[in-house]
Amino acid sequence: MNIKTPSKLEKILASGQLAVTSECGPPRGTNAEEIIKKAKLIKDYVDAINITDNQTSVTRLCSLASCIHLKLMGLEPVLQMVTRDRNRIAIQSDILGAASFGINNILCLSGDHQCFGDCAKGQNVYDLDSMQLLQTVRYMRDEGKFLGGDDIKHPPKMFVGAAENPFADPFEIRAPRLAKKVAAGAEFIQTQCIYNLERFEQWMKLVRDRGLHEKVYILAGVTPLKSAGMAKYMKNKVPGMDVPDEIVKRMASKPKEKQPEEGINICIESIQRLKEIEGVRGFHVMAIEWEEKVPEIVQRAGLYPRPKE
Amino acid sequence: MIIADKKPIEEIIEAIKDYKKILILGCNECVTVCEAGGKKEVEILASALRMYFLNQSKDVKIDEKTLERQCDHEYLEEIRNTVENYDSILSLACGVGVQFTAEKYHSTPVFPGVNTCFLGATEERGVWVERCQACGKCILASTGGICPVSRCAKRILNGPCGGSSKGKCEINKDLACAWQLIIDRLKALGKLDEYEKITPIKDWSTDRAGGPRKVIREDVKQ
Ligand code: SF4
Repeated sequence: MNIKTPSKLEKILASGQLAVTSECGPPRGTNAEEIIKKAKLIKDYVDAINITDNQTSVTRLCSLASCIHLKLMGLEPVLQMVTRDRNRIAIQSDILGAASFGINNILCLSGDHQCFGDCAKGQNVYDLDSMQLLQTVRYMRDEGKFLGGDDIKHPPKMFVGAAENPFADPFEIRAPRLAKKVAAGAEFIQTQCIYNLERFEQWMKLVRDRGLHEKVYILAGVTPLKSAGMAKYMKNKVPGMDVPDEIVKRMASKPKEKQPEEGINICIESIQRLKEIEGVRGFHVMAIEWEEKVPEIVQRAGLYPRPKE
Repeated sequence: MIIADKKPIEEIIEAIKDYKKILILGCNECVTVCEAGGKKEVEILASALRMYFLNQSKDVKIDEKTLERQCDHEYLEEIRNTVENYDSILSLACGVGVQFTAEKYHSTPVFPGVNTCFLGATEERGVWVERCQACGKCILASTGGICPVSRCAKRILNGPCGGSSKGKCEINKDLACAWQLIIDRLKALGKLDEYEKITPIKDWSTDRAGGPRKVIREDVKQ
């Protein structure tokens, strides 16, 4: 796959090294120090940092401004963008704004429904869906044009990603759906947290059968479990999450104070096993409000030191 | 059809409490079928309001009338000669009927007695479900006859989103995921390969986005 953007993440992936990304959620206020602090904890252990975009529809400091803070620290942000809150004018405008700061990666998402957040009575936009957002960024970059057809002076050079949930239903369209995202322009994929490794392996086989692993860089998503309670919650309450009973049992078998450690162990074992799967090109470590554990996970999983580029 | 639901009686009373001669105006079309604003509902509401005003020792005249339609000049003309007997109209038609009545009888206050909800169908007696959002550019031909604009909580044209779980939508475990339905249907039609076609960015100018809409048909215009 040829390099098409100035993205560091793209360079590392193209070089064939396993990439590591992580993510941080912005604060619910104006203190940028919160995001800067999280970024400092993980910066030497990851190649790029996603900034979530009002995740679970809870209003926060915006993803773009947070990415700018990271960029000013010399880090490599991935701008997450959901289509829930912006129409095509705002989307294109934010893309230009991000690119003007040298933000070179974007993750295109539809976003959780607003009913989960603090503005359940608000409108959603969904002028575009996530696939159409992928198409939009690629069109702006590759054709140098706005959706309206006008030329862009200095088009944005962004490395374009999407999320994929190998565990969502219906299973039979999981590979076709990835194919669709690749056709829409996705160059990298960050998957939903993987706990059910067998099911993920099945999915990867379907992906390989279609040759998709050669067209898109797949970063396997992992999230360390903090407690048995969290495992149960993820299993039962989070739509599209597949946490096998063995994992819940294994967490519950430890006394409460040992559970975080067990969660980290499971996470590292998963990474080791995922490394063996053909087509897995890196990891997306989502340590939700547990960023301080990212260094340990990356080190113990044998993913440290990170390449210089 | 247009699905409406009765407004709470307290809200209706709040709107009309200072009037003395009220005409409750039903409609014999959609709101009759969905049992929100037909002849029967006009009768029930009229009795309830009469009771209320009686208890308040207020002398209020309440009359009942149900038109064939309130979205048609012809039928609305039927009350032309009697409308001056009233100081207000409580319309149980959909929002279209309420507005058409208000436009026609410019100096008479018209109040809505129902909430107009959506374009839908009767799933079973007492249960009505949404099926169309009148986006002005029907795409049902490519989605197996199931509409993601009205039935997907995110109006996603290339679904499902990551929240689809066991056939249900992320927003509600009792709500079918439209994209699961589309995929099941495409499968039943032997057209699952069509799933892989990316639906292009939609022209929403025929939807609400384009401002109030109008259909003009020269061939039927007089
Ligand atoms: S779960 Fe299905 S119906 Fe609900 S928002 Fe996602 S795609 Fe739409």
